[in-house]
Amino acid sequence: MAVPKVMGTEVEYGITVKGDPDFDPISSCVLLVNAYREDQAGDILWDYDQENPLADARGFQVDGEKYTPNQQENIARNKTLMNGARYYVDHAHPEYSCPEVTNVRELVIHEKAGERILEASRREANALLPPGAQLLIYKNNSDRKGNSYGSHENYLMDRRTPFKQIVEHLLPFFVSRQIYCGAGKVGSENRGHPVDYQISQRADFFETEVALDTMVKRPIINTRDEPHADREKYRRLHVIVGDANLSEYTIYLRNGVTALILSMIEDGAIKKSLSLRDPVKAIKEASHDPSCRVRLQLDDGKKVSAVELQKEFLEMALAYTSSRSLDVVTKDVIVRWQHVLECLARDPMELHEKIDWVMKKAMIESFMERKQLDWDSPQVGMLDLQYHDLRPDKGLYYLLERQGRAERIVTDEEIAAAVHNPPRDTRAYFRGECLRRYGSAVFGVNWDAISFGVNGEPIKRILMAEPLKGTKVYVEDLLTSSPTAAELVRNLRT
Amino acid sequence: MRHQNTTRRLANHADADCFAVFAASDSTQKQVPRKGDSDEQSGEGGGPQKLAKRGKELKESMDALVDEIDEVLEENAEEFVKNYVQRGGE
Repeated sequence: MAVPKVMGTEVEYGITVKGDPDFDPISSCVLLVNAYREDQAGDILWDYDQENPLADARGFQVDGEKYTPNQQENIARNKTLMNGARYYVDHAHPEYSCPEVTNVRELVIHEKAGERILEASRREANALLPPGAQLLIYKNNSDRKGNSYGSHENYLMDRRTPFKQIVEHLLPFFVSRQIYCGAGKVGSENRGHPVDYQISQRADFFETEVALDTMVKRPIINTRDEPHADREKYRRLHVIVGDANLSEYTIYLRNGVTALILSMIEDGAIKKSLSLRDPVKAIKEASHDPSCRVRLQLDDGKKVSAVELQKEFLEMALAYTSSRSLDVVTKDVIVRWQHVLECLARDPMELHEKIDWVMKKAMIESFMERKQLDWDSPQVGMLDLQYHDLRPDKGLYYLLERQGRAERIVTDEEIAAAVHNPPRDTRAYFRGECLRRYGSAVFGVNWDAISFGVNGEPIKRILMAEPLKGTKVYVEDLLTSSPTAAELVRNLRT
Repeated sequence: MRHQNTTRRLANHADADCFAVFAASDSTQKQVPRKGDSDEQSGEGGGPQKLAKRGKELKESMDALVDEIDEVLEENAEEFVKNYVQRGGE
């Protein structure tokens, strides 16, 4: 029986300073992240003791040096928020890791809340810049000059499911899912075949099928084995193949369908082998074809389109779910998935209000037609970039949304609430509420731990190895009966 | 890191405590998706005429969009795009 698909996303944003081409990205990121202030008091460490990015899911430990910043640098680069998220500086990018959620609707709410948090801190940070300079943030994955940064998804999985089985089924799934997950990009990069426009921001950067690395020779399947939970029971599948999406509908399908497929893998419900002969080649072929007609070669020599591959997965999903009682969100995901595949088979442009890459393409083509522009015009490149701009008045995705040209999944009120409040049904609730209630006494945080320093006593670390504990139902009595951190720690002991 | 040794020493103790606290109950909450503006049911297949009409409407609507974009698009697009250089990440 598949484990509940607790999930979250980590988005690395692009950052630049208009009016200062010599800007330093790292200090700009530090400025940005520290410009975001919540009421919580105190400087809180990110607890690197709990991290192990060098463990490989194939069962070995890779040599290398684990990054552990000094205390001052740690505090300057890491913020844990009252909504349970981590907002921090990762290399030369600001990154937002949303709190753990139990369903994809909540995921959309919390990923979108991240955009608002970045934008709020951008406005604050701008006030500190010299006149004429303006800090700008983009939710995208490429500068179109060969540099890519990631947007990662995380899903809780059953440790008993062999990793090999996950790899076998996910390769064709990931290669084909981009037709409804892509954020769209003008041109190609990384020595890719020249194209006017392609479906994915990221496809050009994948160079191998399976590996631990995420920065060089990027793999379609990442093997990082860092569960941030009970490692005997769980793995955290770290998905690096996706794009940073703005469209709620696209985020919803991206994580919703993937979570369903992962449950099916755990339950042995993927009966057909759909292995591709060359997944690395196929992911680029599919991305480079906005008509979604290109045929990809399977291991058995047959050729199928990405839409047909997805239809095979859909058929198996319908069979899998027919004998199960489904929650409303999963039911809704399946209905929309089916609808999107039908549109893609007929004419992908029908999805011009739903799927990012189609929304962007329709917008650019209308502009090009009216202005008599070519794909290599600078204005077209500007449209591509500005689609991802986080400024509500300038960002072109937000323009589409304001004009009712972007189908919504959640409401503005829900997103606004998630800026300040954690999900109630995962351990993120305990993390967030501890920060809200006892912020000044919190010493350090990681996904599966929170530690307190009270009254000069030794630091007490509380481990949260179960992502579905620490929920409101579990801890509300504890929190209300503990007006101070000292009492919380005492109540935990008894 | 501050108090690293004491932190380590206390980890096991804290874990045992945490288990007792977090084993109190076992229920999860489900979220209900909002109904309303989804157009899943609008799959009007239609003949070529209907498709042409829809295409025309789409074009008119996109023309209106272009006007809006004109107002917000960054000036000096060439320089702006050229200056947008990022370091690789992840």
